[in-house]
Amino acid sequence: MSENRRILFRNPADESFTTKLVLVCLSLVFLGFFLFLPLVVVFVEAFRKGGEAYYEALAEPDAWAAIRLTLTVAAIAVPLNLVFGLAASWAIAKFEFKGKAFLTTLIDLPFSISPVISGLVYVLLFGTGSLLGPWLKSYGIEVLFAVPGIVLATVFVTFPFVARELIPLMQDQGTGDEEAALSLGASGWQTFWYVTLPNIKWGLLYGVLLCNARAMGEFGAVSVVSGRIRGLTNTMPLHVEILYNEYNMVAAFAVASLLALLALVTLALKTFLELRFGAGAAGGRH
Amino acid sequence: MTASATASKAGWRLKQPSIIPGFGLTLGFSLAYLSLIILIPIAGLLWRTADLGWSGFLAILSDERTIRALYISFGTAFIAALVNVVFGTLLAWVLTRYRFPGRRLIDAMVDLPFALPTAVAGIAFASLYAPNGWIGSLFMPFRIAFTPIGIVIALIFIGLPFVVRTVQPIMEEIDREVEEAAATLGANRFQTIFNVLLPGLTPALLTGFALAFARGVGEYGSVIFIAGNIPYVSEIAPLLIVIRLEEFNYAGATAIATIMLLISFAMLLVINLIQAWSRKRYGNV
Repeated sequence: MSENRRILFRNPADESFTTKLVLVCLSLVFLGFFLFLPLVVVFVEAFRKGGEAYYEALAEPDAWAAIRLTLTVAAIAVPLNLVFGLAASWAIAKFEFKGKAFLTTLIDLPFSISPVISGLVYVLLFGTGSLLGPWLKSYGIEVLFAVPGIVLATVFVTFPFVARELIPLMQDQGTGDEEAALSLGASGWQTFWYVTLPNIKWGLLYGVLLCNARAMGEFGAVSVVSGRIRGLTNTMPLHVEILYNEYNMVAAFAVASLLALLALVTLALKTFLELRFGAGAAGGRH
Repeated sequence: MTASATASKAGWRLKQPSIIPGFGLTLGFSLAYLSLIILIPIAGLLWRTADLGWSGFLAILSDERTIRALYISFGTAFIAALVNVVFGTLLAWVLTRYRFPGRRLIDAMVDLPFALPTAVAGIAFASLYAPNGWIGSLFMPFRIAFTPIGIVIALIFIGLPFVVRTVQPIMEEIDREVEEAAATLGANRFQTIFNVLLPGLTPALLTGFALAFARGVGEYGSVIFIAGNIPYVSEIAPLLIVIRLEEFNYAGATAIATIMLLISFAMLLVINLIQAWSRKRYGNV
């Protein structure tokens, strides 16, 4: 009885229950069409012909080669950008210097460049018409249509991820802790290892997580530099494309389902980090 | 004379004094790495374009197929970003204001387009919206996949988190007392939302729009499967770059890439200006 009476009074700075219901349902329908169904269809298509066909598609040697290459590329690209992210955020967050804002803008540059163009710049740099390509080739070093080119393109595309998470975090934390450590006699490295790193570890993990997801899933940039040689320069996303274009749907969606799982694990870990540690307030620009 | 020279020397200093070590090392490494990975390769692209000469550059850009591809890329990205501003704001509102079962899950899922590889999204959308797909078959005989509408669908997916994640933190900071004040002054809920809340959200909406638009213009992986890639109809500019490269027409690829790059830089500038303006006007991002 008292419950009913309370509903009769509506907070004038709030919407009615019906409006709320309509807005929530509208959002759910929108998300259903644009987020949930695409995710569901990947797994449904992958298992269309049953579990056996799914495992067969993944056990194929070319699929294995693609998985191995993707892991290798990420294992090189992510640490490189991790070291860069630490160095850049140390310089930008701990010091005041001229041109800092400009440097920060330059670090964000790869986010606003089409992945295809990110690949193209390396094709121009190392391709047949360039200076570097033929010179390196004379020493037996292949960059384009080989693993080094794929790594370079991946590094380009994932360049800002770690730095972008760390810079605002370290700026918020200021320099007080480091100055205290230094004044107590710690060396620069000790300060970094025992003071700064523990302060930023969750933000760092967050950045690495996003960087890794993008590195393993990059398609446009890698497809331009890879040459798509099966078993050799085919990463998982490129393998998905080849299988799809051959109308081998079960295999294409089977490999895609692995990448979708990677995305889901990334999201789960990201959410966990945000809830548990408030790491990296969901930045908008990835 | 010497006094003023030393004074000006002391006046210009690269960095403020600090007892923290490692400035030279970290800045030096960052600049070297940035130059090697990003700046020199981009300079190489611009250098190649300069080699074409002004007339050569214009000749490639005035090609009908190039113009159509650029038009399709920018047009579809614009429409998708508009849709995202509407639904992204709605989502951000629902997520910040209402409590309903599954809210946490939905909040986490909004980031899916950041995490899901574009090729996976591409084949998923192509199969969903194809004429015989789950959603595509509902709309038959009206075709979604393999038309520019398909491109818009893929770009809505790609751009959605940019708008939500830009608007959401600003919405969370809105002081509820402002709305209560508006209500006591006689505004109805509709007036409060449109005349009181929306103006404060405008910078965030513009930034979200610009980010989603910039990302959509360059998007490749999620689009090419659903687009059908018919020249002059549903062929996007990034795909045309790839096609030119496969024809070994490096000049063609370079010219299209350069014009897209220049427009991206302009977009970046606009985003920074909006944010600077909003900081001045509203004191937040």
